[in-house]
Amino acid sequence: MLRWLIGGGREPQGLVEKSVQPIGEEQTQNPYTELLVLKGHHDIVRFLVAIDDYRFASAGDDGIVCLWNAQTGEKLFELHAHAQKITALASFPLSDTCEEKCHMILTAGADRTVIIWDCDSGRQIHKVSCFHSTVKCLTVLHRLDVWLSGGSDLCVWNRKLDLLCKTSHLIDADITSMIELPKNCVAAAVGKELIIFRLKTSRDGTEWDVFEVKRLIDHQDSIVSLVSVSEVMFATGSHVGELIVWDSLDWTMQAYECNWDTSLHADPQQEIKLSHSQSEVSVQHLASDEECVFAAVGKGIYVYNLQMKRVIAFQKTAHDSTVLHITTVPNSRQLISCSEDGSVRIWELREKQHLTAEPVPSGFFSIWGFGRTNKQASHLAKKAPESTTVFSLDLIGDLIGHSSAVQMFLYFTEHGLATCSADNFIILWKDGERESRLRSLMLFHKLEQSEDLQLRS
Amino acid sequence: MISAPDVVAFTKEDEYEEEAYSNSEPALPEEYSVPLFPFASQGANPWSKLSGAKFTRDFILISEFSEQVGPQPLLTIPDDAKVSGTFDLNYFSLRIMSVDYQASFVGHPPGCPYPKLNFVEDSKVVLGDSKEGAFAYVHHLTLYDLEARGFVRPFCMAYISADEHKIMQMFQELSAEFSKASECLKTGNRKAFANELEKKLKDLDYTRTVLHSETEIQKKNNEKGYYTTQAIEKANELASVEKSIIEHQDLLKQIRSYPYSKLKDSDFHPYEPESANEPADEESEQQEFTTSKPDEPREPHLYSRRSSYTPKLIKAKSAKCFDKKLKTLQELCDVYFFTQTLDQLHQIEKTFRGDVCYLLTHQISRALLKQQSITNFLFEEVFPLDEREPERQLNGYQGVHPDNPGEKSLDVCPLPKPLIGSYKSSVESVPIKMDPETEDPQETEVDDTVACDNQDNVEYLDADLKGSISSGESIEVLGTEKSALAQAENQVQLPQANASPQLARDKAVSRRTISEDSIEVLSTCPSEALIPEDFKASYPSAINEETYADEEEEGLHFDPEEMEGNLELGNQLPVDSACCIGKESPNFLEPANNVALKHCGDDDGVVSIPPQPFRQGDLGFQVNFTDCSSHDGVLGSLLSYELDPHYLSSHREISKMSLDKCSDSTSYISSTASTSSDRTPSPSPLCSGGSHSGERQKKKAGQNALRFIRQYPFAHPAIYSLLSGRTLVVLGEEKAIVEKLVTALSIFVPNCGSYAKPVKHWAVSTLNITDFQKWKLIGMQRSSSPAGVSMMHSLIRYGRYISILDADSKTLRCPQYRGTLIPRLADHRTQIKRGSTYFMHVQTLLTQLSAKAFLFAFCHHLHLPLKEGETEASMASRRLNFLKMHLGLANEDSKVVQYLAELLKLQFVQDPVRGVSPVLRFDYVPSALYKI
Repeated sequence: MLRWLIGGGREPQGLVEKSVQPIGEEQTQNPYTELLVLKGHHDIVRFLVAIDDYRFASAGDDGIVCLWNAQTGEKLFELHAHAQKITALASFPLSDTCEEKCHMILTAGADRTVIIWDCDSGRQIHKVSCFHSTVKCLTVLHRLDVWLSGGSDLCVWNRKLDLLCKTSHLIDADITSMIELPKNCVAAAVGKELIIFRLKTSRDGTEWDVFEVKRLIDHQDSIVSLVSVSEVMFATGSHVGELIVWDSLDWTMQAYECNWDTSLHADPQQEIKLSHSQSEVSVQHLASDEECVFAAVGKGIYVYNLQMKRVIAFQKTAHDSTVLHITTVPNSRQLISCSEDGSVRIWELREKQHLTAEPVPSGFFSIWGFGRTNKQASHLAKKAPESTTVFSLDLIGDLIGHSSAVQMFLYFTEHGLATCSADNFIILWKDGERESRLRSLMLFHKLEQSEDLQLRS
Repeated sequence: MISAPDVVAFTKEDEYEEEAYSNSEPALPEEYSVPLFPFASQGANPWSKLSGAKFTRDFILISEFSEQVGPQPLLTIPDDAKVSGTFDLNYFSLRIMSVDYQASFVGHPPGCPYPKLNFVEDSKVVLGDSKEGAFAYVHHLTLYDLEARGFVRPFCMAYISADEHKIMQMFQELSAEFSKASECLKTGNRKAFANELEKKLKDLDYTRTVLHSETEIQKKNNEKGYYTTQAIEKANELASVEKSIIEHQDLLKQIRSYPYSKLKDSDFHPYEPESANEPADEESEQQEFTTSKPDEPREPHLYSRRSSYTPKLIKAKSAKCFDKKLKTLQELCDVYFFTQTLDQLHQIEKTFRGDVCYLLTHQISRALLKQQSITNFLFEEVFPLDEREPERQLNGYQGVHPDNPGEKSLDVCPLPKPLIGSYKSSVESVPIKMDPETEDPQETEVDDTVACDNQDNVEYLDADLKGSISSGESIEVLGTEKSALAQAENQVQLPQANASPQLARDKAVSRRTISEDSIEVLSTCPSEALIPEDFKASYPSAINEETYADEEEEGLHFDPEEMEGNLELGNQLPVDSACCIGKESPNFLEPANNVALKHCGDDDGVVSIPPQPFRQGDLGFQVNFTDCSSHDGVLGSLLSYELDPHYLSSHREISKMSLDKCSDSTSYISSTASTSSDRTPSPSPLCSGGSHSGERQKKKAGQNALRFIRQYPFAHPAIYSLLSGRTLVVLGEEKAIVEKLVTALSIFVPNCGSYAKPVKHWAVSTLNITDFQKWKLIGMQRSSSPAGVSMMHSLIRYGRYISILDADSKTLRCPQYRGTLIPRLADHRTQIKRGSTYFMHVQTLLTQLSAKAFLFAFCHHLHLPLKEGETEASMASRRLNFLKMHLGLANEDSKVVQYLAELLKLQFVQDPVRGVSPVLRFDYVPSALYKI
């Protein structure tokens, strides 16, 4: 605890054994050097959703929905209507077919209501409160211009909040999450089961029907995470650590991975030391790019390659506590994760050609490998003898600001990262250099304006 | 704070310390003692100007020319016998009242049947009494009193100082402040006078009714058709009461009309007949009187509103008795207004306490600060400048307006005006014209405008010589001044380094002719344009031209318009100009740099530059500063590292020159300077905004900071943390120790907005990220309680955002610092001993730093691409290069400037409604642990 007192600048080397390798205070690759704390909530903030490329909405246990400007950190609106905590949040993308050209968000609360808000005016457009149970998930099917609410049953609504159709009451459990599949299908996680529903609509679009197509019962425990990987694949993760990749078209199992501990470790001794409890292997969240599925399993992060059908890199204890959310950063091999320990970490998936393989340009090593190779060696995925490529997941930065569990975050290409937490705050993390430049531009713009004014007067 | 301790030998003290000095003076054996300041009778410091005088410090005297006993002192401010000491107040009252020309005011102007109230402007006179060693700014005013002769009671308020120079330099300010006080008094007086008149009218009305009924009775009784003597007497009496009523009604009307006439023309308040029918009324009145028809129906003014007053019968001839007790000042003015005025006077006394040098420096630095509207918020406390006459502030700074030399006084010479030689002869020939009605108002107006156009403040006085004749002494009127408001705007009260030697010589000559006990009227301000045409036309303009030419020769080119325009926001740096640093930029940056280096590098404590001539330097700064916008410089030749040769030497030379010219022994500026600025006796604070406590705080903070930098070898990285925006947490068990450290360090904390400093003196709860966003310096309690443990935990957790100074174990954990800036700012071997001096020293360097930050933030080419498609990397390298090469900042120093520039940008682009969004900026840099 008082290691800074003795240690001085660098984190002491002796702590490497501690599962999460420390990064220290010098983080040259971490671009986030400016932060803005957004205050507006009075309880845990659980959900963030992007409205467009500069606005986002936040919601949480206090029932308040806040709309923010991600550029300035300004609070645009504070929407009060839900009496209880908010359970789901979704945004309606701007649709071309719709006559109303406005951004809308949907919120579902524990008070069994769903409200549609106009993001431009902050007005409440519609409110539905005819639900039998709490709506736990909301999905917008942009293609069909309908949205679905999932709870004890699945309802299909149009933009005007007309109930188009609904399923029968689900007895076993509630729908906890849904994703859209091709051919007007929807995959819904209901307890241990994964149910595929199909929507049917008449030609004139007036009559709708939804019916169950298939029930997949391959998971041993309740499904925690559900993510669409590509047009043809989606993945699910369960509480006991099963990761299943499914085919989106015929709903067959493509890959199965559950043995996170035993199958992967190159170092058997270490494995013995770390005995995972059940909860620690729960697949909390999944993210993916075209090649890999990134799984937040307990405290660790695992990279599962879809082609090789195996885990290619991992950080067994990426955080001090359960990882709650992970996302890939577009156009880079970076990954961001947040955890109950209150930190956000930035990872990079690095690909290293094995030395026996074709020669590597010499500069390549010096960029990132310098000085860390020893440490990283233990974290490399098991070296497949048949392959010359070695992957590693390296920590390149961490963001410490929240004093409690970071529930979720939202990545903006332009405006940095918004994180929400149980400490009631939202923090906007920004690239300080970039912000500084922007401010300079604003400054000269303002000078120019006032000059114009003076010339005119 | 621009004023530097390097330049000003005086830092001020909260209390006046004369006594302390005289007591604590070590008794040197006679043979070792250097012959000191010739007039030094007590205390041996050459700065003390008070030593020749019989009083210990400046004070304000209110006296009255009583029609019963003559001039008499009424009260002094501060009301302390110690202050005036052995000074003869009675004698001095006589002196100051004797120059009041208004004493000859007559109630009944010729050609007018009724007494007229004369709404005279106050007159302002400066006089000196070399015998008493006193110099005074005297503000004459008249108050109305129904029982007084001519309804007026002449009063005066005098600011008495032993420092003639001070009076002259501060004339404008004194005049403005005293005018306010006087206006307050007069307002109260008008109110009281109107009340008095109303009562009197009621009395008269009542008397008339009584007399009228008596006359009626007599008429009835008298059947014979002729009047008895008794009846005639009664009728006469009635008539005189009627007349008296009319007179008083007229007076009331006049006093009530005051504000309107004031509005019409603030300069000129002669009595104007209110309406055309009044003369007719008067006519009929006359007829009434002659024909003795008392029952002519007249419409009496009714004052029934004030029913509380019961009118009483008065005798027709009761007024103006000499056996009556005159009203006191409180009675004359409303009590409320009286206390108000006293408060104002106390404030004036406080404001002008201290050496003139300090006052001037303060004034100039404030004026300069006002110009730096963009960077001010960083290190300056929010000063209530704007309420205090914005136009005066402007003048304060633009004292060098070339059109405006009339008011410029010699730099070191105590006498203000360059007109002595030619002037004396003209004095006697000026007739005294007290009667406003004899003047042609048209003419006066024209004159006023002419005067304003010429920026000509020097008007020639009609001095009432009666006073001096009666005292048997000669009066020399050395300079006069008109006190119109419009002119005040153009006037200049700041010293000017470059007056012509010719004038200085003249002055010296004339000074020698002054006899020991003569009164010098140095400057007076007549109420109205009482000056004959020819005087105005000839003298001042000629003089103006002369000084103007001199100024040109001095090479002070100064375009006030450009300056005014450019230094405001907005048009500072035209975006289309390729570069905002012009050719003159070497003057701008480097000299300042070098000066700072010079002073801070080796001997902080020794002050070797006379306090005043810095003007020119500052001016150069400003000029170049503004010029930089208009010059399209070439990138390559941005700045050169040469020391501008005339930055330092020029004003030294000038001051030397003026010293030589001025043979006056009272010129206190010794070129030897004080060996220790800490010992200079600066008697009192000047906190015009009433920020007395602020001054004290500064002093305390400076003292603590000095102690800190001496005590802690790791002061530099700690200060670097603060200046680069990294929150510094001072951790300790004892609140007193922590708070002391926090106060010490708070002077280095830049403000993030125009609010209070982001300093939290004592925190006992767990810190979270918003605290670091909000506070930049936090004092924190260390405790072993669970709460304390969690606090420690949060400190570790947020270690990357903060530096931690442990007051108990005397350790500091913070990023390393390897710059050159902070060693100058906080040299542990500094010779500065006084807190306030050190505070000023810090402020000086910080101001310099914010100037650099300003330059960095507002340099167009650093932040915008010079050509299409320039990469961000090349711009970044240009920025770095600029910081390093042109601002001379190495390593961490550039981080400081970058942070300050970021604050400036944030402040500048802030939304006027929403304000600055508080941003926490940080770097991922390793920390080091420092121990003692």
